[in-house]
Amino acid sequence: MNEEWCLGCHLCEYFCAFVNSGEKYMPKAFALNRQNVPNITVEEGDRINFAVNCRQCDEPLCKKGCITGAISVKDGVVTIDTEKCVGCFTCILSCPYGAVVPNKEGKAAKKCELCISNGGIPACVTNCPNRAIVLEEVY
Amino acid sequence: MKYVIIGNSAAAVGAIEGIRQVDKDGGIVVISKEKYHTYSRPLISYLIQGKVTEDKMYYRPLSFYEENNCKVMLGEEAVRIIPDKKEVELKGGKSVKYDKLLVATGSKPFIVPTEGLDGVENKFTFMSYDDAKSLEASITPDTRVLIVGAGLIGLKCAEGLNKKVKSITVVDLADRVLSSILDEKGSEIMKKHLENAGIEIILSDSVKAYEKNMATLNSGRKVPFDILVIAIGVRPNVELVKEAGGKVNRGIVTDEFQMTSIKDVYAAGDCTESLDISCNEQKILALLPNAYMQGEVAGKNMAGDKVKYEKAIPMNAIGFFGLHIITAGSYRGESYEFIGENSYKRLFINDNRLVGYIMIGEINRAGIYTSLIKDKVDLSTIDMGLLLQKPNLMMFPKDVRKQKLGVGHR
Amino acid sequence: MPINYIYPEYEIIRDKNKCIKCKVCVRQCSNEAHTYDEELDCLYEHNERCVNCHRCVALCPTRALKIVKTDHTFRENYNFTGELINEIYRQAESGGVLLSSMGNPKPFPVYWDKLLINASQVTNPSIDPLREPMETKVFLGKKVSKVEFDENGEVITKGYPNLELSMPILFSAMSYGSISKNAHEALARAAQELGIYYNTGEGGLHKDFYKYGKNTIVQVASGRFGVHKGYLEAGAAIEIKMGQGAKPGIGGHLPGEKIGEDISATRMIPQGTDAISPAPHHDIYSIEDLRQLVYSLKEATNYEKPVIVKIAAVHNVAAIASGIARSGADIIAIDGFRGGTGAAPTRIRDNVGIPIELALAAVDQRLREEGIRNEVSIVIAGSIRNSADIVKAVALGADAVYIGTAALLAIGCHLCRDCQSGKCNWGIATQREDLVKRLNPDIAYKRLVNLLTAWNHEIMEMMGGMGINSIEALRGNRLMLRGVGLNEKELEIFGIKHAGE
Repeated sequence: MNEEWCLGCHLCEYFCAFVNSGEKYMPKAFALNRQNVPNITVEEGDRINFAVNCRQCDEPLCKKGCITGAISVKDGVVTIDTEKCVGCFTCILSCPYGAVVPNKEGKAAKKCELCISNGGIPACVTNCPNRAIVLEEVY
Repeated sequence: MKYVIIGNSAAAVGAIEGIRQVDKDGGIVVISKEKYHTYSRPLISYLIQGKVTEDKMYYRPLSFYEENNCKVMLGEEAVRIIPDKKEVELKGGKSVKYDKLLVATGSKPFIVPTEGLDGVENKFTFMSYDDAKSLEASITPDTRVLIVGAGLIGLKCAEGLNKKVKSITVVDLADRVLSSILDEKGSEIMKKHLENAGIEIILSDSVKAYEKNMATLNSGRKVPFDILVIAIGVRPNVELVKEAGGKVNRGIVTDEFQMTSIKDVYAAGDCTESLDISCNEQKILALLPNAYMQGEVAGKNMAGDKVKYEKAIPMNAIGFFGLHIITAGSYRGESYEFIGENSYKRLFINDNRLVGYIMIGEINRAGIYTSLIKDKVDLSTIDMGLLLQKPNLMMFPKDVRKQKLGVGHR
Repeated sequence: MPINYIYPEYEIIRDKNKCIKCKVCVRQCSNEAHTYDEELDCLYEHNERCVNCHRCVALCPTRALKIVKTDHTFRENYNFTGELINEIYRQAESGGVLLSSMGNPKPFPVYWDKLLINASQVTNPSIDPLREPMETKVFLGKKVSKVEFDENGEVITKGYPNLELSMPILFSAMSYGSISKNAHEALARAAQELGIYYNTGEGGLHKDFYKYGKNTIVQVASGRFGVHKGYLEAGAAIEIKMGQGAKPGIGGHLPGEKIGEDISATRMIPQGTDAISPAPHHDIYSIEDLRQLVYSLKEATNYEKPVIVKIAAVHNVAAIASGIARSGADIIAIDGFRGGTGAAPTRIRDNVGIPIELALAAVDQRLREEGIRNEVSIVIAGSIRNSADIVKAVALGADAVYIGTAALLAIGCHLCRDCQSGKCNWGIATQREDLVKRLNPDIAYKRLVNLLTAWNHEIMEMMGGMGINSIEALRGNRLMLRGVGLNEKELEIFGIKHAGE
């Protein structure tokens, strides 16, 4: 995330919510009562904006703190099993980036999983109009 | 290298995963008094509530022990540690040899002796899978439940039982609910919320005597019940270490590498004390994340690594009937209070550091506050206006933001 | 409140069915043509503020927006068109000069589109540029008229400083001030990667861009902003700007509010003061005066850099060019009346100057007649729109072309022609920090590289079709052109035959 190029347009949030909604047509994903929650948050400041999503930590505090064992790391991606999650939000308490959020029902936690189930290239990266968000593998 | 772990909960799992990050081969033996695959203790209230099914109770997949090459002795109780022989003696006379031992024995419910308590037929504690199962088996829609203790366990139990029983009454000696994690205003909000959900709460009172299905309170009030749940508090299981000559205060004392005063004997989890860095005091931090992280550090060190556990603070994330609470640190110093329509927030700043916070209702991104406490961030580098507003990364200086979010941040 | 005579020119059409109220349009429009009402959860369009720049349209994630020209109309009148009527209303209201930007949009003939290129059939084989060598490299500057050798056959003639270009294209002068720093960086990096040149315009050279000096032409204009020894030495060539196609005969004016810290340092003027470029160079009233400046600059740079003199294409351009060639300039740049600008009086932009095609043909012809064509290179500017325009320009006698508008289009310009407002939504013609950052040079420079790479390839294809494998062999090769729909006089000026002849 390069804040120098973030425009604060919030498109990443909308595309994130859309691709993770399971809907095929974007307007439908945002139709009435379908307020899907994005896994990325744009912070707006005085002439500064940037988007924050999961950093896929090597030693994820969310995983260590998870009371149900719902969080695991698969191929470097920190993943939440929403079936196991009971929504205690210890992960929200733990994440130093504020990158875990309650889902739209407020019953389980969710986070960026790098769109691995949506085709592999994160929607925030492909749809960022100014290349402020890039996907880089860090070893 | 042979590792032995007494206990089978979060700290034990942390230790297994910690050991395996360093040593892929050494044998691990897990001695567990309970007969279950490792499960999540906090889930028992969700189990009776019906939010979690039995197959989702497990803290790690069923293949966990096998994948980590652990020998598990379920239903076996360790009764003695013999440091000279490097042996753990089990109930029934068997013994297990260790090179490195972890004591992760957790805690047990604390029960205040009360007149007539022995005569109460249906009484339960609420700590274990078995507790939950037997409690669940004895309730009917007509049951009246009396819970003694308005702390995390008692109230979580109340939430779990709500709507499944006829009535729930919670009694606590303290003048407010959740007094260990909330301030007065926070307690008041939660009390109202719990009462709105149909739970009766009696405060500043306690049970003087039981007479079969009737509790008489100090105030003279009488509370009839069918089932009694005792959730006053917990006590750490320190006996094994104490009897072996290890140093014990209220909990087992360890160094920052999680080793007890006995060589090659480590301890982690609810049975130990940790240094709460938000106030620099030794405390029993009986919290699952703390247990896991202590266990992991212990495991790594047992396997020959040299890592410290040094960022312990009290922290809780818990919700009741859809209202979420996140708290962390200690409540001292100057405080800043924010009351919203459906939310409450209080920040505590001491010595130019954030040392604690309470958030109710609006909890998003609370972890950023947690990190400020854990990392002891000097607030002179932080935009205070933004800090007070809500958790965000904008409050950090540009270079810190860049390091947190920039390319190659790890 | 006085009566508002002006009805908005454009209307923003929002497909409510597709709109997801993400408000990207609200956030991205610097003209505030979209607003959001929280109370009603409703988006409003303010057509009167819309400049039709398409920023909202392009960023709308569901393509729920489009901009249409209003069909609101005056009573039909071919003489007093709606546009003219509105302009009169505007001036009657303001009492001011009408301002516009970018190039002349009026329906004057575009001669490029009346020229057609030849191709080989049967008698002269065409060349496939993918399989056979093809050269588009050009050298700009004075050429030697005679080459001498010593007894060992080694060349002893000393050449003149020349610019080497990988293709006959340069980026036009656009000052830092008229366009953003990020736009400049994109141009500079693209020029470096492509092996061509960009031009500082009269705004000086930002300290961060000295590293691109080998691919930079530094300009000296009537305001002499940002000119110092280091600046002259930094560039690969020096351009004296005598005139600009979009506004021949007048100077420039960058308002004080655009002179921030960076621009002030680069232009070497105090912050907040208007940067006024006078209409003439006050030290140049004759070809002899120009010669003095040319040689002053050469002297200052040790005769190592070619000097370009840029003029607007005006009525007697051929005679002026001849004078410039004799002033010691190495390159003449001629800017046609369709050339762009960041701000110009509308009447000047739309009515002064002549088409570059005719100017080029006349200049090349005149210099050849006078036997001084090899004394100077000719670079033309003023609306080169595609690679075919370049091939035609070279065939008419140009050595290379400047592209400005096309380059800006490549990096996001939508030709809304509202540069003078300073609120460019694409981060190009603005100095507003929040808008400038919309142009990421990493993306923009690559788009420039892509465009010119594509054009160069097309140039080679067209050359190959003509059986020509070197751009040098195309230059002034007017036999390769035919006119369509041109009258005798036009054909005469172009020195070409009509198609079919």
